[in-house]
Amino acid sequence: MDSSDDFANGAPVGGGPVTPTIRRTSNAFGSPGTDSTVRRIDLNEQLIRHPDATFIMRAAGQDMRGAGIDDGDVLLVDRALTPQHGSVIIAIVDGELVCRRLEQSKDVKGRTTGSRLVADASAVAPVAITAEMPLEVWGVVTNVIKSLA
Amino acid sequence: MYALIDGNNFYVSCERVFAPRLIGKPVVVLSSNDGACIARSNEAKDIGVKMAQPWYQVRHLEKTAGLIAVSANHELYGDMSARMMAVEARYAPRQEVYSVDESFLDFEGVRDDLVATGCAIRAAILRETGLPTSVGFGATKTLAKLANNIAKMADRKPGTYPTDLAQVCDFGRLAQHELDALFAATDVGMVWGIGKRTTEKLKAGGVATVLDLLRADTATLRRQFSVVLEKTLRELRGTPCMTLDDAPPPRQQILVSRSFGTPITHVDGILEAASEFASRAAERLRQQGSVAGAIGVFFTTSPFRTNDRQHHVNVTIPLTHPTADTAELIRAVEIAVRTQFRLGFRYAKAGAVLSELQTAGHEQGELDLFSSSEHPATPAADPRARLMHAMDTLNNRFGRNSVRIGSTTMASRSAEVAIWATKQERRSPRYTTRWAEMPVVRA
Repeated sequence: MDSSDDFANGAPVGGGPVTPTIRRTSNAFGSPGTDSTVRRIDLNEQLIRHPDATFIMRAAGQDMRGAGIDDGDVLLVDRALTPQHGSVIIAIVDGELVCRRLEQSKDVKGRTTGSRLVADASAVAPVAITAEMPLEVWGVVTNVIKSLA
Repeated sequence: MYALIDGNNFYVSCERVFAPRLIGKPVVVLSSNDGACIARSNEAKDIGVKMAQPWYQVRHLEKTAGLIAVSANHELYGDMSARMMAVEARYAPRQEVYSVDESFLDFEGVRDDLVATGCAIRAAILRETGLPTSVGFGATKTLAKLANNIAKMADRKPGTYPTDLAQVCDFGRLAQHELDALFAATDVGMVWGIGKRTTEKLKAGGVATVLDLLRADTATLRRQFSVVLEKTLRELRGTPCMTLDDAPPPRQQILVSRSFGTPITHVDGILEAASEFASRAAERLRQQGSVAGAIGVFFTTSPFRTNDRQHHVNVTIPLTHPTADTAELIRAVEIAVRTQFRLGFRYAKAGAVLSELQTAGHEQGELDLFSSSEHPATPAADPRARLMHAMDTLNNRFGRNSVRIGSTTMASRSAEVAIWATKQERRSPRYTTRWAEMPVVRA
């Protein structure tokens, strides 16, 4: 392509004066294959908002099937997020890491009045958060990865 | 102002993040050959376990006091360290990673309330990584380090120092009489860069506390001690003598690192840099007559180039035999770099850290499968040790790098097995670096 095309399009040609008769390559219509700004979708980038605060864990058990978590599923756990009412979280219960849904009741001013950790399976009793059993949140589960094939 | 941020009982804290049952219990981490305690929880300190104490001397506490021992899991500690350092880097324009669990932040010209900043840094690290830290602020690195020690001690042993200095301590906010009171209550041996022998000598001369040292006659000190002590004293008085990247080595580590003039994007460039740093660290190691039980390698992109994709590598490789042999160390560096390097990143800084240092010739004598003529019992008779000695002598005489080990000519692949196969009977899973070893949660 002749650089006079660039002049016609009003594209910057950089540097000092350019003699229109000199042939040079232009990036204006560069091949997409060599464009370094095009990148394949990166799952890490899409699924992990806080890379330094995100950990990967494996679920063991059926207590959270209602939340879509089956035995053997892989969980992404983000420690930088603040858990909300309804968040699926990793909590520390009796020195053990446990995956549960956090339920919080609030008064009219929005202050938390009570919390409990509930399993998404009817057979498992909820754990009430009390002064003796304070809530210890390890992280918030953001994604569940299942292997189907 | 400088900040020093330091992980509390770092290795133990890393273990506790993934094994909460260890919280509140006396826990020690054993060196890679399970020989000595290289980290202790506060509870373990309280039942009398000493730093670097041989395991056989405290083993009985397992039964009598519920002591829990785990083998060092350097892959885990390296990754947790990288996470912690990345969080810290958000808070200041310049960071110097000084060891696996310590970094300096430069707050030059920052006019914020530093105690509030320190609390915010501490809270962010705890929340995002689960690791407890202490933060010290001072006008010099030596003062920041001392403030950090005081923050840690005030937290661990209430009564030693004012409670409002616990966890975060800013010397810049204290009046002179308050500082004097702190310095009078602080042993001179607590000061960064003042070793055991200097401490003994100072105490024999009536200098027992930091305040004594500050009030001692400079001319007399200069006559009796090295220029290093004079530098330390100037730092204690608030005149910075050490810039970032210019510091005495921590007692149990030798670190050599450098930022690159232009970013490195190829594996060979990183390999060359990391090998060079490992060679220099090995030279210092031999100068002080030590051998290393583990080597750490890190290389990282620049957090300040916000348009660049970020990648931080920080791995530690335990060595089967503690060594000061440059060739063996470079072999470990090569494994670390080749397994961790990723294309497409602009790496801005790299370094090598030698840790688990011990005196040469006092390595744990143990029978193992990897014993060979490369590791004779007496290093003095070791031809490798003589080679290293000759190399150091030539480099001293003719200038650095007159003679060196070629990192790219190392083809001894079989050595990989020996380096990785350390005795680690009680090692926890490598939770964050191995897919097969991720933490399991009850669900």
